[in-house]
Amino acid sequence: MNGPLVFARGGLDSLLTALQDAGYVTVGPTVRDDVIAYDTIATSADLPVGLTDEQGPGSYRLVPREDQRLFGHVVGPHAWKRFLSPPRAVVWEGALSADGIEELPRPPAPRYAFVGVRPCDLVGIEIQDRVAAGQGWVSDPDYVSRRDGAFVVVVNCDEPGNNCFCVSMDTGPRARSGFDIALTEVEVDDGLRYLAEAGSADGAAMLAGLDAPAADEAIRDAADTALEEAGHQMGRTMDTDGLKDLLQSNLDHPIWAEIGERCLGCTNCTMVCPTCFCWSVEDSMDLDGTTATRTRRWDSCFTLDFTFIHGGPVRESVGARYRQWFIHKLASWVDQFGSFGCVGCGRCITWCPVGIDLTEEVRRLQSGTEPVAAAIANPEVRT
Amino acid sequence: MTTDLEATLAGHPFFYDMEPEHVAALAAVATPARFGVGKQIIKQGEVADACYLVLDGDAALEIVIPGKGPQVIQTLHAGDIIGWSWLFAPYEWSFDAQALTPVRAIRFDAPALREAKAADPLLNAELMERFAEVLVMRLQAARLQLMDLYGNSR
Amino acid sequence: MAILVDPAPVRPMSPLWGTVASVRRELADTITLHVEPAGGELAFAPGQFTMLYQFGIGEVPISISGDPAQPEQLVQTIRRAGAVTNALCDLLPGDPIGVRGPFGNPWPVEAAEGGDAVFVGGGIGLAPLRPAIFAVLANRARYSDVVLLYGARSPQELLYAQQLREWGARFDMTVLVTVDRGEANWTGSVGVVTKLVRRGPYDPEETTAFVCGPEIMMRFAAAELLKRGVVRSQIYLSMERNMKCGFGSCGHCQTGRMFVCSDGPVFTLRDSARYLRRLER
Repeated sequence: MNGPLVFARGGLDSLLTALQDAGYVTVGPTVRDDVIAYDTIATSADLPVGLTDEQGPGSYRLVPREDQRLFGHVVGPHAWKRFLSPPRAVVWEGALSADGIEELPRPPAPRYAFVGVRPCDLVGIEIQDRVAAGQGWVSDPDYVSRRDGAFVVVVNCDEPGNNCFCVSMDTGPRARSGFDIALTEVEVDDGLRYLAEAGSADGAAMLAGLDAPAADEAIRDAADTALEEAGHQMGRTMDTDGLKDLLQSNLDHPIWAEIGERCLGCTNCTMVCPTCFCWSVEDSMDLDGTTATRTRRWDSCFTLDFTFIHGGPVRESVGARYRQWFIHKLASWVDQFGSFGCVGCGRCITWCPVGIDLTEEVRRLQSGTEPVAAAIANPEVRT
Repeated sequence: MTTDLEATLAGHPFFYDMEPEHVAALAAVATPARFGVGKQIIKQGEVADACYLVLDGDAALEIVIPGKGPQVIQTLHAGDIIGWSWLFAPYEWSFDAQALTPVRAIRFDAPALREAKAADPLLNAELMERFAEVLVMRLQAARLQLMDLYGNSR
Repeated sequence: MAILVDPAPVRPMSPLWGTVASVRRELADTITLHVEPAGGELAFAPGQFTMLYQFGIGEVPISISGDPAQPEQLVQTIRRAGAVTNALCDLLPGDPIGVRGPFGNPWPVEAAEGGDAVFVGGGIGLAPLRPAIFAVLANRARYSDVVLLYGARSPQELLYAQQLREWGARFDMTVLVTVDRGEANWTGSVGVVTKLVRRGPYDPEETTAFVCGPEIMMRFAAAELLKRGVVRSQIYLSMERNMKCGFGSCGHCQTGRMFVCSDGPVFTLRDSARYLRRLER
């Protein structure tokens, strides 16, 4: 691969156009319902220009910036799993006739270009790749076709958010590999520039078509410095040393019941988490009973009927369900898939209505602090 | 005869590791017993004057329900004790027990056994400890039976 | 970018269509389906299960309860419990039935070779054990004693009663049956199956035990096996959890770090004990 190129905002628009011309549906951050969501974008004007997100436990606000940065924010409630493993997807459809039951063909998956993937989220996608291949063979052929067809444009983070802890999970603020193109937004004297590195042959080909100049040393150094400093400005930290063993040997710790007093079991954390993968199947039939559909949909271990077997659920209390999620994410996942399930994106902290902060809970477990009985919602939560 | 009984008792798992003088005291109040098929071993309401240790054969512990007839609560086998009501007043059987197959047992005379227990605190302690262990197992088993484990819990 | 591309053998959520060959009524609320599988045969190992699909209604995981040496017949015993099982229990010969699988880790019957094979079943738990019993009897010479200890609620609820009598009549197998509640004509044993474990005719040090039934029953039966001296890693149980996919993907059956559908459902007591004891509540 050649060295990085540089272009201004117009170059980014050229990239978007080139991707669309190549048949990709370009998806990226855009403002929807007062948050920065991931949705189809056409030009750079669709990005959250000059906006940033102020996040805290149970809190999210879009606030105007003083500049016109396109990527001056971190992550919102969406993760890329909503495109790779959609919240609802028909997984089988059958037609009943006198000749028997025939499986109806599935439409082809769209080819997405993800523009603006944060390094933590890229690791999240790779974690979901390992989950999809968990049995040694890929269990979701639809995931494979969506994933293989996806073009990934990463944007590195030089302004970490308040809830971010990617450094602790070794997932950022800079992407090392796994992308087609990686961008870094850099402020120079006369505006903003985008440093672009290719991470694959497809990425290199796409960049070559943009006819952009090579980045000079000054701008490369500016980007490196900004990303290096970002690593020291993380909003939160989590010490993962010995964490798996600590959790797996504390299944009976009183903290689980105590968090259960606060947790609402609302499932927000599992919906926004980039690695949570649990799903369920809904079966339905049309009114004349000739077409049956099996729809795969997101599910959450926080629901009461997630573990339902005859007579009742196995995990009845909210505390037991919280414990399952926590220990799965930060311990069992290592046994199952070879890494932690957490990428340090902080979404679960932001979108928890009562502001439960898993970095804080880990700290309490590690320090051996006795939990406060029936704690009220975190005072940092703003209403 | 007594020596044979002592040997039988000493070799039996229920009396495993018991002091020889205690075994002798028990043998002194014990006699061999036999019940043919269908023979009644204990009868509900009657005086509980014996305790039986089954050596061989199967017996059914039953309760008679008016209108339903006899219901088998439990089947007892070799090594089981039949009869606990002799331990505490009013010394009256709560259930029936009937031999399902030919049963060979050792019968302990209850009044004599109570006297022997009262006279020797150590013997009393030994016996009660062993009885307690069996009663705990019986209680657990009874609870499992009550739990209706196999039922469709809908 | 391309990721791992070992393709799945089939689209794993797509049912394959078998045909019901016959339906046998076992108990008041339990039937056994004999299914001609799609493609003529479904090879499986004892202890594995399938996901049975009723067109438009849904799926349930059901243990295979037939003889592994006869893969041309898929045998599945189903108890009425909800919408899907009721629909499956209403199937008639000639009806189509959707099948995915087989899934799961099987009973390791080879582990018992050279010693005693002891099967402990409770209620409908005899169904997942039956293929293992067939497998052991097919190679009878490799085992010392073969013992089946089976308990059900009442004489009316003894599963595979005819099969039990056939096995009991063999000279190379011991079958002990007990019921929780006797009835007027019942002359057999009354009491919990754990009692059979306590006094069963097997050599604990040479025994590999296969236990299947309601979770509490398995817990107490395992405790009795341990008391008798059977080694913890030689006691196998079959666990049950909510399952939607059957191949370790949907997450529902997770118990600790294990996916019951793919790491199990057969586990050694050593690996499953903490979850049998634990109140996940």
